[in-house]
Amino acid sequence: MRIIRMTAAALALGAGPALAAQDTITLGMQLEPPNLDPTGGAAAAIDEVTYANIFEGLTRFAADGAIIPGLARSWDISEDGLTYTFHLAPGVTFHDGTAMDAGDVKFSLDRARAEDSTNAQKALFAGIADVAVIDPLTVRITLSAPDGGFAFKMAWGDAVIVAPESAETNAAAPVGTGPFKLARWVQGDRIELERHPDYWGAAPALSKATFRFISDPNAAFAAMMAGDVDAFPVFPAPETLEQFKADPRFTVIVGSTEGETVLAMNNKQKPLDDVRVRAAVAHAINRQDIIDGAMFGYGTPIGTHFAPHNPDYIDLTGISAYDPEKSKALLKAAGVSDLTLRMALPPPTYARRGGEIIAAQLREIGITTEITNMEWAQWLEQAFRGKDFDLTIVSHTEPMDIGIYARPDYYFQYDDLGFQALLALLDNTSAPEARSGLLKAAQGKIAMDYVNGYLFQLAKTGVANAKIKGLWENAPTQANDLTGVTWEE
Amino acid sequence: MRWPVQLIIGAILSGLFVLAAAASFLWVPHEVSTLSIADRLKPPSARYLLGTDHFGRDILSMLMVGARTSIAVALVAVGIGVAAGVPLGLAAAARRGSLLDEIIMRGNDLIFAFPSLVIAILITAVFGPSALNAILAIGIFNIPVFARVTRGGALSIWTLDYILAARVAGKNALRISAEHILPNILNLLIVQGTIQFSLGILAEAGLSYVGLGAQPPTPSWGRMLADAQTMIYTAPRLAILPGLAIVGMVLGLNLMGDGLRDALDPRLRRARE
Repeated sequence: MRIIRMTAAALALGAGPALAAQDTITLGMQLEPPNLDPTGGAAAAIDEVTYANIFEGLTRFAADGAIIPGLARSWDISEDGLTYTFHLAPGVTFHDGTAMDAGDVKFSLDRARAEDSTNAQKALFAGIADVAVIDPLTVRITLSAPDGGFAFKMAWGDAVIVAPESAETNAAAPVGTGPFKLARWVQGDRIELERHPDYWGAAPALSKATFRFISDPNAAFAAMMAGDVDAFPVFPAPETLEQFKADPRFTVIVGSTEGETVLAMNNKQKPLDDVRVRAAVAHAINRQDIIDGAMFGYGTPIGTHFAPHNPDYIDLTGISAYDPEKSKALLKAAGVSDLTLRMALPPPTYARRGGEIIAAQLREIGITTEITNMEWAQWLEQAFRGKDFDLTIVSHTEPMDIGIYARPDYYFQYDDLGFQALLALLDNTSAPEARSGLLKAAQGKIAMDYVNGYLFQLAKTGVANAKIKGLWENAPTQANDLTGVTWEE
Repeated sequence: MRWPVQLIIGAILSGLFVLAAAASFLWVPHEVSTLSIADRLKPPSARYLLGTDHFGRDILSMLMVGARTSIAVALVAVGIGVAAGVPLGLAAAARRGSLLDEIIMRGNDLIFAFPSLVIAILITAVFGPSALNAILAIGIFNIPVFARVTRGGALSIWTLDYILAARVAGKNALRISAEHILPNILNLLIVQGTIQFSLGILAEAGLSYVGLGAQPPTPSWGRMLADAQTMIYTAPRLAILPGLAIVGMVLGLNLMGDGLRDALDPRLRRARE
């Protein structure tokens, strides 16, 4: 098998295009998107290719996480907070040449919130009561309740505007309004984008962009070193970053992501349905050891499911501080002894290495762990959909996703009416102070209920050719926005 | 009888690893199940003779316990091969040319026709990765090897006069196989066993390397190699040491196998003298 891996590395060395003219870029990604329709799939890799490049929404995330105008140049909010009127940019065309107008906006939003919608984030659209076309460049959205976060919701990759003619075929042949269009998709290897000549906004500096899919960390390292890949925005092997740092050809970009990495516990599985057992597991975890041992120091400890760079974040790591003695006492109080738990680990480094460290930490308090390493497909099937697991480690990379705790059928199966009421209240609140208070209460609630073991906020550790400017440092959403990327002379 | 040099070298080399594995049951320098993250990637020192890995585990202890995993898997796999393959081979030889012989030997050919490591990966992928499934996967491929060697050796002995004498004396095929054939092909089996044992070590390392062998936290040489891959530039000894262990063990066993063949095979011995 070593030979196969070496061959893969050798192919990676030989197959890439030569370091060429200064208006093309090759980006490395670890996972290949299963399709290219952000309105019909949950995989982060879809957005990482298409967001802001192929597809655009009414609003969008800027590199710093701010919400800025996208296809809508501006929007007005009515006094009562129920009506949003979006003013669309004129002269926008899809890649197939058809014009983008208010009708397409209505179509896209109605499609996403429809009963039979396959959108992975239907909750984003749940508050929409009606979408009305005022004129070709104006669309009015009526909400069923005031929602201060509506512009934020419309910035998600799942809320991009698609055309009725191409909506069904976007999975393989995406047609969007973005500055790049799909040129070629060599499945299993690469996706090539090229500049859309009729783009409505400022033309990007790059004429061609290639996303290459390299799952093996060693092959990724070799491809970076050989210059086959110009940038690897989320580099899979944190242990090699020191070496890139020491090499003047590269810059190492360390930023924050929206990835709350948690030790998810199956809240309906005995004995994890007992909060004392979950608390025992949580107190057995030494976060700093996991960050150092699995991520080589990259990551910020979290005590709840919320991103530390968010202004509403509160540090609750103290609630589940490392305290093995307390864990043992809690297990004793719960009447649990000789506990064996199964741990399903998906492929990323944080899960595989983190899992081994957590297994050792749980052993300290007398819990035996049976580790099963899984590929993503198997993990999605068995753990995520089938809910057949005790423990698993996964990073939730969607922005502001504390709402998943209000979904009783979500894979960790936290079913708490109090929390669901809290989130319902949050959805109906638009006053910023009140929202902030509710968000803090929600963070506290899930921390005190020990729903999951909250480990750390995933750092975005990327490597890029030192001459590339304009890559996102942080990841306010899953994206590789290439519109502002340039090569330094 | 003079012992061949390679037998002595091979026995010492592989004996070292067996000794280390045996010792690990009683004592290891540092417990491998406890991680000490603060001590990760430490270079060799008096405290950690071979340094530590990315979890702060002592590499020497990991190698010792890993030897245990490798030897156990390879030993049981060879056991499966001997237990199933030798009787099959004896039966095929005893009924030479019969339908039974055909079935056994064509069945062997069938298993031989598959690339063994790929089938081993298939087995562990279907039944889930574990040391037990690795043993099974490797063991199944040892069966035809032993069946063939046994049949080949047995056939030539069946033609000898003393076998004829035994048949005249009224012994049936089962007794002849057990009392006369088996003792006379034992040397062949020992040599083959040593070689299969070394192949088993390699196969276990290969399966663990791709994540289909012993699961963490059980230390295994193959997985140590896999874990060390991305750190090969920063801490090369993490990859070199388990690599050396695999090479040393396999080389030792192969030398021993060659030496045993020289020592045990009367024809070879006569040729040399």
